[in-house]
Amino acid sequence: MGEASVAPARGLWSDARRRLQGHAAARVALVLLCLIGALALAGPRFSPWGFESLDWRHLAQPPGPTAAHWLGTDRLGRDLFVRTLYGLRLSLLVSVAASLVSLAIGLAYGAIAGFAGGRTDAVMMRCVDVLYSLPYLFIVIILTALLRRDSLAVLLLALGAVGWLTTARIVRGQTVSLKRREFIEAARALGLGAPAILVRHVVPNLLGPLIVYATLTIPQMILFESFLSFLGLGVQEPQASLGNLIYVGAQEMQSAPWMLIVPGALLVLLLLCLNLLGDGLREALDPREH
Amino acid sequence: MLRYALGRIAGLIPTLLVIITVSFLILRLAPGGPFDQEQALAPAVRANLERLYGLDQPLPVQYARYLAALLHGDFGASLRERDFTVSELIRQGLPVSATLGVAALLLAILAGIPAGIAAALAQGRAADYGLTALSALGLALPSFVVGPALALAFGLTLHWLPVAGWEGGQWRYLLLPAVTLALPVAAALTRLTRASLLEVLRSGYVRSARARGLGVMRVLWRHALPPALLPVASYLGPAVAFIVTGSLVVETVFGLPGTGRYLVQGAIDRDYPLVMGMIVVYAVLTLAMNLLVDLVHGWLDPGVRHG
Repeated sequence: MGEASVAPARGLWSDARRRLQGHAAARVALVLLCLIGALALAGPRFSPWGFESLDWRHLAQPPGPTAAHWLGTDRLGRDLFVRTLYGLRLSLLVSVAASLVSLAIGLAYGAIAGFAGGRTDAVMMRCVDVLYSLPYLFIVIILTALLRRDSLAVLLLALGAVGWLTTARIVRGQTVSLKRREFIEAARALGLGAPAILVRHVVPNLLGPLIVYATLTIPQMILFESFLSFLGLGVQEPQASLGNLIYVGAQEMQSAPWMLIVPGALLVLLLLCLNLLGDGLREALDPREH
Repeated sequence: MLRYALGRIAGLIPTLLVIITVSFLILRLAPGGPFDQEQALAPAVRANLERLYGLDQPLPVQYARYLAALLHGDFGASLRERDFTVSELIRQGLPVSATLGVAALLLAILAGIPAGIAAALAQGRAADYGLTALSALGLALPSFVVGPALALAFGLTLHWLPVAGWEGGQWRYLLLPAVTLALPVAAALTRLTRASLLEVLRSGYVRSARARGLGVMRVLWRHALPPALLPVASYLGPAVAFIVTGSLVVETVFGLPGTGRYLVQGAIDRDYPLVMGMIVVYAVLTLAMNLLVDLVHGWLDPGVRHG
């Protein structure tokens, strides 16, 4: 699989675009994702309410096209349309940032292990194996419960810590096959040191497969962020994330089911689109498929 | 085979030790302590409490004592639930969590694998598209959305099933939580089985078996399914880990008296022995499941055990 995956970047991308055009579900998902993204960015502007503003005249109001609040309000009279979009924004932001953290850790770890080879490689990858077999999520849950729960930095770190293992494995495999190629040999013959070769020649060639993997990481991060927020360990009130909105909605579902349905449906739609796009991209770019 | 199995079992002990050590360190080095409450305790009371639980000793001594007690199967006393030992708490909660987990796993296997086989056999037809779409949807439905939604639909609106509680594990109380927990695993199994079976069905020996005049069903059962189910079997390790984590949420949603609540609340309360006990139990469970998967592989595929 190593040979095909290190094709020149432009060839890879135009190839991928051509293939993605034959993939109807992924294209629909991409369009929907753009719409969701635009809504998250611009949506709150079209509503007169802020995400924390209380409307005492409309407490726990059901949604309706003619109502003052399109998607209803919660028990404190906060506009659910605006809060859900703010939640969406925060969930997207946190999950993209956490994906970057985990990709960066995985990239550094995997590239170093693969490039160093020999005993260093064996020890480093053995550590990954051991961590894989742990109830790893548990340790992350405990970590977030132990540290400050209102800190976004802790949340990002915890999420990043979950995702890097698989990245490290993928990157290491790619690095090992890259290492034997002529241009690396040439760089070494020119007298370049190992760190320079890693940064200038190995890492740029790893980005293609890494981006594919990232599209599959982001939905996992969204899911895990919401999972932590649902357990009360992630984003805290009055901040809204999709996870804690769903948590509050689940508690109020008997009297105000829309508080569960609105953020829940948006989360499901988002995850579905991201998964479909990720599958499409993987099929389009996976070197093993052709 | 026996040698391979013993070797794998021996390899688990250092892993378990690493888990225990790392969690012990994480728990103890985190700021805060079990006796930090809203109203501060008198220093003398606090010192007495710490001495009672051995928390006044240096950390290495506490670690050594914990390991020694653990070897005798003693998880220690809970620091918050004053009248209970950790073993008692786990003994109360674990049957609930285990029943739920096993029910969910069985449900997922019974629904997911046949659905995957059906989709592969109907490749390119409506049934295949339907099942593939359903499994994509199942993977995108998080348990903390499905759980409340099912409770809202079948409990609060239709009044067919109870929304919360356990009542000794009657099936009416078990059904909704188990379905919630099983859904994503069933979806993943469907996908995996479909992909893996399609690959096998394309291979030469299946084609030649068909060419020799063997019936579809016979080829499927005797030749195609066993190798196709190998990757499915290796998914069972991650599936168990997934169910264990998912049951934290499902137990919260349906108010089940399982062990899930101990972990999160225990960590917030700094109830060190309780959290450690939970980690040890779940680590042993996950490792045992991984071992089982490896042994099944070694049994099915001689290359693994000699490789």
